Amino acid sequence: MSISRRRFLLGATVVGGGLLLGYAFTRPSRQSLANRDYAEDGQTFLTTWLRIDPDNIVTVIVPHSEMGQGVLTSLPMMAADELDADWANVRVEQAPATDLFANGVLVKGFAASMGFTAPAFLNRTMDFVTLKAAEIMNMQITGGSSSVRFTGEMGMRAAGAAAREMLIKAAAEEWSVPVAEITARNSRVYHESSGRSLTFGELASAAARFEPSRTPVLKRPDQFTLMGTSVPRVDIPAKVDGTAQFGIDAMPEGMLYAAVMTSPVFGGLLQSVGNVDAVMQQRGVVRVVELDDAVAVVADNYWRASKALAMLQPVFSSTDSDNRSSSDIFADYESALDSGEKNKDVHAGNTEQALADATEVLSASYRVPFLAHAAMEPMNCTILFRDGHADVWTGTQDNLGIRGRVASIAGMKENDVTVHPFYLGGGFGRRLPMSTNTIDQATLIAQQFDVPVQTLWSREEDTRQDYYRPAVTSRFRAGFDNNGQLVAWENAYIGKNEPAEAAHIAYNIPNQKIDYVDSATHVPFGAWRSVAHSQHTFFLESFTDELAWNRQQDPLQFRLAMLADKPRHARVLREAAAKAGWGTAVPAGRARGIALQESFGSIVAEVAEISLTADGQVRVEKVTCAIDCGRVVHPDNAASQVESGIIYGLTAAMYGQISIEQGRVKESNFHDYEMLHLAESPEIEVILLESDGAAIGGLGEPATPPISAAVSNALYALTGQRIRELPLKNYRFLPPPVERGAVDA
Amino acid sequence: MIELQINGETRQLDIEPEMPLLWALRNELGLTGTKFGCGIAACGACTVHINGQAVRSCVTPVSAVQNTNIRTIEGLSANGLNPVQLAWIQHQVPQCGYCQSGMIMAVSALLESNPDPDEQAIASSISNVCRCGTYPRVSKAIADLVASRSDTPFVDATAEANV
Repeated sequence: MSISRRRFLLGATVVGGGLLLGYAFTRPSRQSLANRDYAEDGQTFLTTWLRIDPDNIVTVIVPHSEMGQGVLTSLPMMAADELDADWANVRVEQAPATDLFANGVLVKGFAASMGFTAPAFLNRTMDFVTLKAAEIMNMQITGGSSSVRFTGEMGMRAAGAAAREMLIKAAAEEWSVPVAEITARNSRVYHESSGRSLTFGELASAAARFEPSRTPVLKRPDQFTLMGTSVPRVDIPAKVDGTAQFGIDAMPEGMLYAAVMTSPVFGGLLQSVGNVDAVMQQRGVVRVVELDDAVAVVADNYWRASKALAMLQPVFSSTDSDNRSSSDIFADYESALDSGEKNKDVHAGNTEQALADATEVLSASYRVPFLAHAAMEPMNCTILFRDGHADVWTGTQDNLGIRGRVASIAGMKENDVTVHPFYLGGGFGRRLPMSTNTIDQATLIAQQFDVPVQTLWSREEDTRQDYYRPAVTSRFRAGFDNNGQLVAWENAYIGKNEPAEAAHIAYNIPNQKIDYVDSATHVPFGAWRSVAHSQHTFFLESFTDELAWNRQQDPLQFRLAMLADKPRHARVLREAAAKAGWGTAVPAGRARGIALQESFGSIVAEVAEISLTADGQVRVEKVTCAIDCGRVVHPDNAASQVESGIIYGLTAAMYGQISIEQGRVKESNFHDYEMLHLAESPEIEVILLESDGAAIGGLGEPATPPISAAVSNALYALTGQRIRELPLKNYRFLPPPVERGAVDA
Repeated sequence: MIELQINGETRQLDIEPEMPLLWALRNELGLTGTKFGCGIAACGACTVHINGQAVRSCVTPVSAVQNTNIRTIEGLSANGLNPVQLAWIQHQVPQCGYCQSGMIMAVSALLESNPDPDEQAIASSISNVCRCGTYPRVSKAIADLVASRSDTPFVDATAEANV
């Protein structure tokens, strides 16, 4: 692995030379492999993820991609804290996309969170098993809000602690003193009573002779020196002066550019291409490339390629979906829900009986449209095939997965493919390895050249060839008994996706019947920030709000009454409500709404305070968010992630709508797939809560789900209009409020 | 031949007059700090300064900016970082960072021409799209810059003096 390639990514934060103190937190042999294959110039890996150089620079190797979530800062903090390293002399590198750096901890974390037997910390068998799983699955995935809670908690901290123990043992041998008399701080090891000390760098090669412990002693929270502090993010300086390198910025020598048009109807195939001769006469055009379902123009400048592409006359085959529209898809959903053949999600008690016995039954049907990700950096991938080897330059949420994908499409061995990591200009699930249409095209196009080719999508292509958040319809019935207690909750929805618990409710309702029905569409779907939580939290928390208003109860108190056995949920609700001034008078023309959801291990409550603009649209004035993520590693970045999640979810609530017309996506660019702007951005107050002893929770996604319901519930409080379909841009709201509490039966 | 003054340097390019400045900067000159986001001037990722004004380079043909001073993020500050960039670090504004070159160029141009912009001026000038939702921090950073305005210019004019 070349140092210069790493430096290319991370700029001045990378320093070469030294000792790879690599800790195989999965199995010790990885450390020796790291030293054999990756150590240069006297470097030592004490673990796979830690390297110490003779000049006492500690380098943390991070098996995740930086897509704005701050992972290149938070994970090194966790390792450095346990190591007692001097933060000023800690550097960061992104892990190379090779088997050695597959992230087994991630597999273990997800396995544990999915309810398998929680593995003993660093249990050898489990680690070995999960490492194999990671290698087989080619995992360096960044997703599922998993970096800190799994890789950090289970991997980075252990790596730091184990390396520290190795360094102390080496010093004990060197000085012939007991281990217990040795302390470490600021990248130095001390024997206080004799006044001796050595740097980590001086001890690293001696330390590397020891096997890393699989059960190192971790610090208690009161011993943390870095965790819990807000050190400046390491990636930010390069992001304010234009030097940060994203995949689109790759410029290998002799690179050409490919502009692509894929069949606008999903599933259509390229039948013919007209006007090729004229296009080939255009300046800079090198070739027209025909793929099964797309056509590309390759030229020496992207603008020339895309201008020429627009002159081509491709003909795509007709498909069964050519006349399908969003309304057809939603009609199919209704038929599927009517069919009565449902799959069981959660059944508790006897919901049908409870509804039959109920003194009042309320029902409602909700739905949300398809959504595109619209990451700011349009999808792109640059590949050079030469001498039986492929070099890939791209920003991806799984570098190992992309290596495997390119190898598989090109019919090569994975070891003949090198993936060069870059910053991602937004991920949000779009750059996950299951969503590889851009990568596939880039591979097939570049295979026809012996120079690098950058396949770069236009914003229109990015909008129309996404893997979309699925449109979902969800129906509810709820029953109150003659004491006014909510005793029955019935929910049937379209399509069960990840995570499996997204449609489950925290509220203590004795009879629950949650079912789902599959209804296939021709629209490709993929993971969209918070995945199925983003749709279901809108449904669940809006309908819960309907029930509260029906009972003429305060929406906060109504929820709290059903959370007696969920103190963490109750706490975030109370904290958000208190900070938002819930129950106090709002300024004229404003109202508040509240919503709650647990996702990715964190519990979030949001209060939205809204008003209406002169033309009857929603203006979100303020969002107060309380989040219990167990423990906070980097408070400022945690707040950043929460702000980000709220804005992302609010954009979807206000504007998000991908419409299918004649089988294809109607929207194309930011003029018709609109985004929230600075002027509409609410004030956001974030309250970070910790829970002693609770597992650490995710932060990248959990703030996204509640916001749509919080805003919609505030709208009801303000106008009396219940919104059961997003986005809000499709409505005009009129104050003053009409009668409240009416629910369509 | 197209002649452009970019970050104080004269560049001769054998390109079509109608080529958007964005693609001349990125593909012909290797100045990749200016980003491609939408191609229709709807997101601001490609914002540069033309004679000090924020302009979206993806819809600006190079023929229209000959004999002007073109500044990109690479030339925003001749020495170190300018006050906007420093405020961006202080408030830890960027997340993925992709839109931030354009955001910083837009804010620099605004504050250079209007050191005390009101909410309306900020709203209309800073219409850049950020999908990470850094807006609350952008707002705080701008408020800080307005409140603590120093004599350091938002745009370093020394480079242009040499043109």
